[in-house]
Amino acid sequence: MLSYIVRRLAIAVPTLILVSIFVFTLQKLLPGDPALIMAGEDRDPASIEFVREKYHLDEPIPVQYGYWMQGLLRGDLGVSLRTSQPVLGLIADKLPVTIQLAIMALVIAFLIGVPAGILSAVKKGTVIDYAANVVALSGLSVPNFWLGIMLILLVSVNLGWLPASGYESPFVDPLRSLETMIMPAFVLGTSLAATLMRHTRSAMLGVMKADYVRTARAKGVRELAVILKHAFRNALLPVVTLSALLFGELLGGAVLTEQIFTIPGFGKLIVDAVFTRDYAVVQGVVLCAAAGVILVNLVADVLYFLVNPRMRASL
Amino acid sequence: MSAADTVTDAGAPTGGAYRSGSRAWKKLRANRSAFVGFVIVVFFVAIALLAPLLPIADPAATDWAAVRKAPSAAHIMGTDEIGRDIFARMVWGARASLIAGVISVLLAVALGLPFGLLAGYFGGWLDQVISRVTDAMLAMPFLILAVALAAFLGPSLTNAMIAIGLSAMPIFIRLTRGQVLSVKTEDYVEGARAIGVGDFAIILRYILPNVFAPVLVQATLTIATAIILEAALSFLGLGQQPPAPSWGSMLNVAKNFLTQAPWMAWWPGAAIFLVVLGFNLLGDGLRDALDPRET
Repeated sequence: MLSYIVRRLAIAVPTLILVSIFVFTLQKLLPGDPALIMAGEDRDPASIEFVREKYHLDEPIPVQYGYWMQGLLRGDLGVSLRTSQPVLGLIADKLPVTIQLAIMALVIAFLIGVPAGILSAVKKGTVIDYAANVVALSGLSVPNFWLGIMLILLVSVNLGWLPASGYESPFVDPLRSLETMIMPAFVLGTSLAATLMRHTRSAMLGVMKADYVRTARAKGVRELAVILKHAFRNALLPVVTLSALLFGELLGGAVLTEQIFTIPGFGKLIVDAVFTRDYAVVQGVVLCAAAGVILVNLVADVLYFLVNPRMRASL
Repeated sequence: MSAADTVTDAGAPTGGAYRSGSRAWKKLRANRSAFVGFVIVVFFVAIALLAPLLPIADPAATDWAAVRKAPSAAHIMGTDEIGRDIFARMVWGARASLIAGVISVLLAVALGLPFGLLAGYFGGWLDQVISRVTDAMLAMPFLILAVALAAFLGPSLTNAMIAIGLSAMPIFIRLTRGQVLSVKTEDYVEGARAIGVGDFAIILRYILPNVFAPVLVQATLTIATAIILEAALSFLGLGQQPPAPSWGSMLNVAKNFLTQAPWMAWWPGAAIFLVVLGFNLLGDGLRDALDPRET
């Protein structure tokens, strides 16, 4: 057990180091003198000097990376070149907003995707299956920023039911928070729902052919009980692990969703940083997003290992 | 080489390429949804290619007398915020979308395929290095990575394509590697090696043809993703720069005129949806058609 976790960590750590090298290299893509560019358009000699000093730009590149990595290990992701706030603090401020959006989107995705997948597998080859697949494929093909705009047009502009933008913390005003978040969460959830539906469908199709399902049917268990108790329970495991892989997609989708609904989260932070040329913030967001993805996958792997007796037996 | 040819005839897939190609085409034709996808894709490709020849308005011509006009006989999709014909801009925007989708995926395949072949075929430390780098790239969410790359490279359609191509590359490395691993222990590969065929000849003649079908399927599906991603980057202002028409940047502007001119937002999104749906349908159909297990 412990050795499995250690082995997984042994892969996660070098991956994280490679990500950090990659994120560090990003700033070398900037054309010209990085100090000039990173200091912004005002070209204030003091801030140019600050950047040069801060990133040790006069040293060789591996040495620069060493300094940068030292900072990372202390939790220092650098300082925003626009607001002078520490990048880690900025991200920590915005993260809860994105987490709320992500959780609500996941709930919506599961509520739509899993039942649709079960239904489509059980009714394989029928009109219901066909319709579910068409809807899922459309969900995968629709650009979610357009879906968001169309929803704003319909629900906010024409019907006036929900606000088109804004954010309220659920701890201050839960109802208002739900009002502002439900539409973005739906937009973010739809493409995930489509992916989940496809996963659930194929997992269910696999399980429905299993011997224990046939046995359950043979001994006269009601069909609904066969589907939910015997088949679905076993199909759920791969679906849940696969959904860990959706975490990255969720973060990426949040960038667009937050932009459309002007939600002050993680995704809005990186887009705003891009336009203010706040490169330290861009790097920080990429690094944190990747760390999050690696962590979620690690946890999912370990959980999968814990709940799956076959995996434990293989050790 | 004659010995190697004998091996080919003994069962390597290169010999039957034409036959399996036409069989795949028949299966594709028979698959109704895949054929719909094919038609949609051909339609948009034709529009993009014929844009300069079509009898449409100049996509850059402004008309201050016709600002934000609703769809009418004169402008079937209406006009935008500075009186440009939206239909003309949609037609020219198809170019940006398709070029971005196809070129970025070609870049991803051109980089990913060789790395995947090397990692899968030679294994060892080379595989370790390539696989870890792939893991690291896959850990960075597709869109966030593309946004960051576009930010550091500078906003332009070319840089958006580079960013999308680089972000999509690890998918192809991983796919190719897995495919090579399953093929390289086959008898005909072992046989070729036994009679002294060189590594690169084996890769080209016996491995590559087996990798081709799954890569083609994945490439078709990735074009769909790449088109959405290009539109997303342009929507954020990191792709095609105005005044050049692109569906994503048209949506970006349209967002500011939702109450006054909602039609500005209808068309670009609907077009992205349709063309992406087309590539997804085609990709799914190709997967079924090229899968030798299904008959």
